[in-house]
Amino acid sequence: MENILTGRAHIFGDNINTDYIIAGKYTKTLDFTTLAEHVFEDIAPGFSQRVRPGDIVAAGRNFGCGSSREQAPIAIKYAGISAILAKSYSRIFFRNAVNQGIPCFLCDTDDIVQDDTVTVNIGQNFVELAEKGKRIPLEPLSPVMLDILREGGLVKYLKKNGKYILPR
Amino acid sequence: MGKTAAEKIVSAHAGMDARAGDFVIADVDLAMIHDTTGPIAIKAFEEYGKERVWDPSKMVVVLDHATPSPNERISNLHVLLRNFASAQDIPLFDVGDGVCHQIVVERGLVSPGGLAVGADSHTCTYGALNVFAFGIGSTDMSGVMLTGKLWLRVPGTMKVHIRGPMTEGTYAKDIMLHLIGKIGSDGADYLALSFCGDTVQGMSLSERMTLSNMAIECGAKAGLMEADDKTAAHLRMLGKSEGIPAFDDDNARFDSKIEIYAPDVSPQVSLPHSVDAAVPVTEAAGTEISQVYIGTCTNGRLDDLRIAARILAGKKVSPNCRLLVCPPSRNVLADALAEGIILQLVEAGAAILPPGCGPCPGTHLGVPGDGENVLSTANRNFKGRMGNNKSGVYLASPATCAASALEGRIADPRPYLSGKQ
Repeated sequence: MENILTGRAHIFGDNINTDYIIAGKYTKTLDFTTLAEHVFEDIAPGFSQRVRPGDIVAAGRNFGCGSSREQAPIAIKYAGISAILAKSYSRIFFRNAVNQGIPCFLCDTDDIVQDDTVTVNIGQNFVELAEKGKRIPLEPLSPVMLDILREGGLVKYLKKNGKYILPR
Repeated sequence: MGKTAAEKIVSAHAGMDARAGDFVIADVDLAMIHDTTGPIAIKAFEEYGKERVWDPSKMVVVLDHATPSPNERISNLHVLLRNFASAQDIPLFDVGDGVCHQIVVERGLVSPGGLAVGADSHTCTYGALNVFAFGIGSTDMSGVMLTGKLWLRVPGTMKVHIRGPMTEGTYAKDIMLHLIGKIGSDGADYLALSFCGDTVQGMSLSERMTLSNMAIECGAKAGLMEADDKTAAHLRMLGKSEGIPAFDDDNARFDSKIEIYAPDVSPQVSLPHSVDAAVPVTEAAGTEISQVYIGTCTNGRLDDLRIAARILAGKKVSPNCRLLVCPPSRNVLADALAEGIILQLVEAGAAILPPGCGPCPGTHLGVPGDGENVLSTANRNFKGRMGNNKSGVYLASPATCAASALEGRIADPRPYLSGKQ
């Protein structure tokens, strides 16, 4: 995980469920590039054509609610999204995204608008909107989630450690 | 300070005195995967380079989300799951056996005081048997397959006290839609719901499963019920362990408490495209419906089919409306056949689907057309949920669905139940 990520923002509202991130009809595949082709299709048609590698998703409350399908964060990852910012996450999605090694953080996203250039400073726990001269603090992640992210996701974490270790 | 049932179950599985907010590593009693989430879990597990899962007797593989397979791509994922189950000696439930959550409860694969995970968000259904059960993703599941454990944060508890008799035409589904409408789709994020009160005590296990199943629809991690004589009788009948039930202590710390007085709750309908958009059926009545779906892990069990048949027997479904009925398991189908319910439904005009998830997750077996409305007994009505983002899905009880199928529009079930219609 890079310590500083900069990307263009895509804005989403509250209660974006995993059906909206990737519809159920597309989930039955192990070809993850096809997931990226349909990401956010039902609520933001054409998103997969607009998104560029390194872009950032900024959302409201309860991002990723609903189904436990990990195809949702996988679709976001394969679309090239480098980080997710939201006011709150649904529990299962939050874990899945971290397990996929996607940097996802909690912060107030009200000041971020579509196409803003957003810099996420993970080491110092803030988001910077350079064009607006604004800094937004990030809520610290739990230590175990941070450890998994630092390894690049849960598979790499477990390959290295062989088990879960709760940081003290 | 006492403990909640959730804290007690997690403590017992983590080998420590765990309280809400604590991070623990807990032992898993049952891990379930199905045909949407299983293949990714298996691929992740294979990366660890370990030949065997931690304990195949504590796992179950269920093919239910797209069964029978609608295309070769899904057929090949089914082959992958069958081969994995066979190589690992994991019990497999195949095409036609039913929905994973129905199977787990019906076969007694979990017992009170247990901790279960499933790669499906409605795994919280097993809370109806006093099991701390919750949905996880595929990679978390691969970690369980490797270690038999999972890290988790112990949730706080929202106590949901439901009291008083349910009035004619109001069912567990209506109570739950009302609750979700009241607290919102993130109203219980990161919390365990703990259901109590005389209304819940009076419910069958099937009705309790309807409540627990939908705990995730308000963000809850679990939807726990107290175990009682009904729970014990169910497990005894199956020759299974009655488990070690966990109860909330009176002096436990609860994050919040909600009271629902059942007689105040009328039949409910959730409007598209959000489960928490629940309104009394009288406010939605008259909306044209092209398809009614009765089934799913939420509301397709024998008592649900009985209610539907009571309303539909001797009548005909509206010519403007299709009625799809999908029993959630082979056992439910067999029982409904034996009781003559299936014949009544078929004669009323229903198409009977093979046990499984049916059209609920939007892969096949009843995808609505553009501009069509569906009324469903399922647990989710997100835009595009049933496979077409230009259709609308409404949610209601089996009774409201049956009455609406007769009229081809959303209808109040009460006149049909009182014999006035």
